[in-house]
Amino acid sequence: MKKKKWPFVYVAVITVLTYIPILLTVVYSFNASKLTSVWEGFSLKWYRELFRDRDLGEALINSLILAVLSCAFAVLIGTSGALGMSRRKRKLDDAVAYVSTLPIMIPEIILGMVFLSVFSLMGLPFGMVTLVIAHTTFCVPYIFTMVRARLVGMDRSLEEAALDLGATKWQVFRDVILPQILPAILSGVLLAFAMSFDDVVISIFVTGPKVNTLPVKIYTKLKTGVTPEINALATVMLFVILLCLAGAYVLGRKSQTAVEKAAGGK
Amino acid sequence: MGESILQLRQIRKSFDNTEVLKGIDLEVAQGEFITLLGASGCGKTTTLRIIAGLELPDAGQVILEGQDITNREPNKRDVNTVFQNYALFPHMNVSDNVGYGLKIRKVPKAEIGRKVEQALRLVQLEEYGKRMPDQLSGGQKQRIAIARAVINEPKVLLLDEPLGALDLKLRRQMQLELKRLQKRLGITFIYITHDQEEAINMSDRIGVMHEGVLEQLGTPNEVYYQPKTSYVADFVGNANILHKNGETFAIRSENILMNGEAVCTQEAVVVEKSFAGGQLRILFRLPDGQTLTASRYGIDNDLQPGQKVQIGWDAKDAVKVIDNDKDENHK
Amino acid sequence: MTKTKITSNSRRRSGNVGLMIPMYVFTILFVALPILYLFLLSFLQRAQVWGVDFTFTLDNYKRILEPLYLDTFWQSLKLAFTATFFVALIGYPYGYFMAQMNAVWKRRMLLLIMIPFWTSALIRLYGWIIVFRSNGVLDKILMGLHLTKQPLKLLYTYPAVVVGMIYSLLPFMILAVYSSAEKLDASLVEASRDLGASAWKAFWTVSFRLTLPGLLSGVVLSFIPSMGLFFIADILGGNKIVLVGSVIQEQITKGRNQPFAAALSAVLMVLTSVMIRLYRKITGTSQLEGMM
Repeated sequence: MKKKKWPFVYVAVITVLTYIPILLTVVYSFNASKLTSVWEGFSLKWYRELFRDRDLGEALINSLILAVLSCAFAVLIGTSGALGMSRRKRKLDDAVAYVSTLPIMIPEIILGMVFLSVFSLMGLPFGMVTLVIAHTTFCVPYIFTMVRARLVGMDRSLEEAALDLGATKWQVFRDVILPQILPAILSGVLLAFAMSFDDVVISIFVTGPKVNTLPVKIYTKLKTGVTPEINALATVMLFVILLCLAGAYVLGRKSQTAVEKAAGGK
Repeated sequence: MGESILQLRQIRKSFDNTEVLKGIDLEVAQGEFITLLGASGCGKTTTLRIIAGLELPDAGQVILEGQDITNREPNKRDVNTVFQNYALFPHMNVSDNVGYGLKIRKVPKAEIGRKVEQALRLVQLEEYGKRMPDQLSGGQKQRIAIARAVINEPKVLLLDEPLGALDLKLRRQMQLELKRLQKRLGITFIYITHDQEEAINMSDRIGVMHEGVLEQLGTPNEVYYQPKTSYVADFVGNANILHKNGETFAIRSENILMNGEAVCTQEAVVVEKSFAGGQLRILFRLPDGQTLTASRYGIDNDLQPGQKVQIGWDAKDAVKVIDNDKDENHK
Repeated sequence: MTKTKITSNSRRRSGNVGLMIPMYVFTILFVALPILYLFLLSFLQRAQVWGVDFTFTLDNYKRILEPLYLDTFWQSLKLAFTATFFVALIGYPYGYFMAQMNAVWKRRMLLLIMIPFWTSALIRLYGWIIVFRSNGVLDKILMGLHLTKQPLKLLYTYPAVVVGMIYSLLPFMILAVYSSAEKLDASLVEASRDLGASAWKAFWTVSFRLTLPGLLSGVVLSFIPSMGLFFIADILGGNKIVLVGSVIQEQITKGRNQPFAAALSAVLMVLTSVMIRLYRKITGTSQLEGMM
C-alpha cells in the first residue's frame, strides 16, 4: 500500500501542541521578570530561589520517601501475589486480583475519600503512615499486573528444566524465575513510582498537617498565586523524569529485542 | 538384553477425570534406546514426565536401579530430560546453560569449565559457549539442550520429541547423530515421538502407545512385521485391516498382489489411484464393501478406476491381530 | 482411587500458597473493607461536632437530589462528555496513525507521549496558565496576528478547563487506541480492498470495527477520571466551575460532612462501575485495552 503524508503531519502537529505548555514552562523559568507576560532577559534567579526554599526541599524529600516505601511494599505484595496465583486457578484468586486493581480503576477522588473516612474511623494519625498505605494500594496493581502478564507468557518448561537439572525450589526461583520477571517488576515500579510521585488528589485527603508532599505543596502554591519559582521546579522535575525515561527506554529496548528474537526463533 | 535399569509398574494417571494412563508396565535395560511411539494424546509425554518426576502418578511405581523413586522430587533423580521446546534459559549463555546442573551440584568452577567444553565438543558446538540461546538456530538449540542434559551423566536420559520442531532434512541428520551419541555415551535413552520412521530408525525397542495403554513393546522388526493389534499395524506399518470370518488381519499395502499370481482369488474394483511418498497407491473395494490399499513403486500403472481385477496375498503376509475397535479391554 | 486425587498430586500445580497471604490480607484490609465502609458511611449521620453518628439515614441521598447538587452532577457529566468527545476526536486518529508507523518510530512516539504523561500533572497544567492568562502567550499571538483586538481572558473560563482536561486525558486515549490498532492485521484491510471496498469503506467496515474496543476503552479511561479531576477545575477554572469532585472535597475539608461526601462518592462509583460493565458487555473482554 502507498504511504500517505498527512497522517504523519497530523501526528506531528498534535505532538508539538502537547509540548508547547511544557516548553513555555521551561523558557519562562529563565525569565528575569516576575510576570509571565513580559520577557526581561535570561536569569537563573528563580533556580536560586528554588534551592533556597526549605519547604519545597522538605516536600521533595517526603515525596521521595513516600514513593520509595510505597513501591517497596507494592513489589513485595504484588510480586508474591502474582507468583502465588500463577500456579493455580481459583475463582477466589480472580476475585482478589480484581478487587486489588480497583484503586486504579475508580476515580482518584473516591479513593481519597475512602481512605480519609477509614483512617479517621480507625483513629490513625494522618501523616506518612497513612500516605504510604494509600499509595501502596494504587502501586500494587501496576506491579501485580505487569508481573502476572510476564508469568503467563513465561515458558513453564524452563522451571521444569531447572528442577530436572537438580535445582531446589529456591534455586529455580533465583536462577530462572527472578531473572525473567525482573524487567516486569522494574517497569511496574517505574510506573508506580511516577504515579505516587505525581499524586495530588489522594495525598490531599490522607496527608497530615505536618507532612507535605511535593505535588500537594505545588497545588497550594498554584492556588494561592503564581511564582516563577514553580517554573524552575517544573524544569528540574522534567529533567529528572527525562533521565528516568531514558533509563526505562534503554531497559525496555533490551528486553524487547530479547522477546522479539525469542519469538522469531520459534 | 542387558541388566534392567528402570521399571514402571502399573502406572496410572488421570487429569480432570480423564484417565490418560491405564496401567503402564515397562522395563528398560541399561544402555538401551527405547522409543515410546504414539499419536498425540496417547499418554507418552505423561509417562515421560512421571519418570522425570514432573508429574506424580495416581497409582503404580517408578523404580530406578532397584530403588523406588515414585515420590522423589525431580531434582533428586538421576534422570535428565531434553524438553520438546528445548527449554534453554534465555538469560544465560550457552556455557552457563550447559553447566547449570553441575553448578547446582556445587562442582568446582574449573571442573565445570572443563566438562562444559567437553560436552560442547560432543555436540560439535565448542565455539558457541558465549552465545545467547536466541542467537542459535533450531538445530543448535537442540544440541545444546542435549549437552545440558548429558553433562550430568544421568542414569537415564529422557527425550520428549526433541526433533519435532526441526525440518525434515535436519531431522534425518539429527536422528543419526543422536543414535551415535547414545552408543558412545552408553546412557539409556527413553525417546518420545509420533513419527514411526524416526522410531524405526533409532530404537532398540519400540513401545507403541494408544489411549493410555502400551499396546505392544518389541524390536522395530517385531512391531513392524508382527503387530499385535490393528492399531499398531495401522500406525506403524500403514497396514490394511481386514475383517474375515470374525477374525481381523493386517496386511501391508506392498504385500497386496495384483493379477497373475496364483493366490489372486479375490475379486476387487479399482476405486482411485494416487501418488505419495515415492509410491503409487491404489485403492480397491472388495465385494463385501471393505477397502484395501496396494502400493507399487513408480508413478503410474495400467489400472483404471472402475476396472475389475483379481487381487490376493500370501497367507504369511496376513497377520492375525486384535481388533482395537471391538476389543473392549483396550478401551 | 485414581479419580479422586487428580489435582492434589500433580507437582506442576502445587504452588506455595503462603505467597498469596500478603496480597490477600492487604487487598481485603485496605481495599475491599474500606470501599465497603464508604457505602456504609453514606447511610450514616454526621455527628454534631465532629465525626460520624452510627444511625441509619437516607438523608444523604435525599440531599443529592436537591437542585444544587443535581446541577453539579449534571455539570460534571456535561464537562466529562465534552472532554471525552474531544479526546476521542483528537486521540483516535493519533493512536491509529501511530500504529501504522515502523517499529522504531512507534517506540519513539510512545516515549514522546509518555514524557508529558509522566511530568507532574500540576506542572503541565501550569504551562496552560502561562498560555491562557490575560495578556499571556495565546493573547499575544492572537493579537499579533490581528485576530483579536483585546485579551480574551481565557483563564478561569469553561473552555480553559475543557482544554486542561483534554490535555490531561489525551494520553489514555492514544495508548488505548494504539494498543488495539497495533494488533490489527494489515492483510484484513487488504482483503477488504481486494473484495472491492473503497479505502473509506475498508476503514469503516474493518479497521474501525476492530479498533472499537480500543476507542471504547479510551472513552472509559478518560471519562472516569474526568469526573474527579477537581484540581483542573480549581486551577484553570477558578471557583467558577464546580464539579462533583470539588463538592466532595469541600464537604470533607470545609463542611466536615463525611457521610454526605461518602454518598456523593458512592453515586460516582456506581456510575463508574456501570460504565465499565457497559464496556465489558459491548466488547466482551474483561481487560481494558491499553490500561498500562
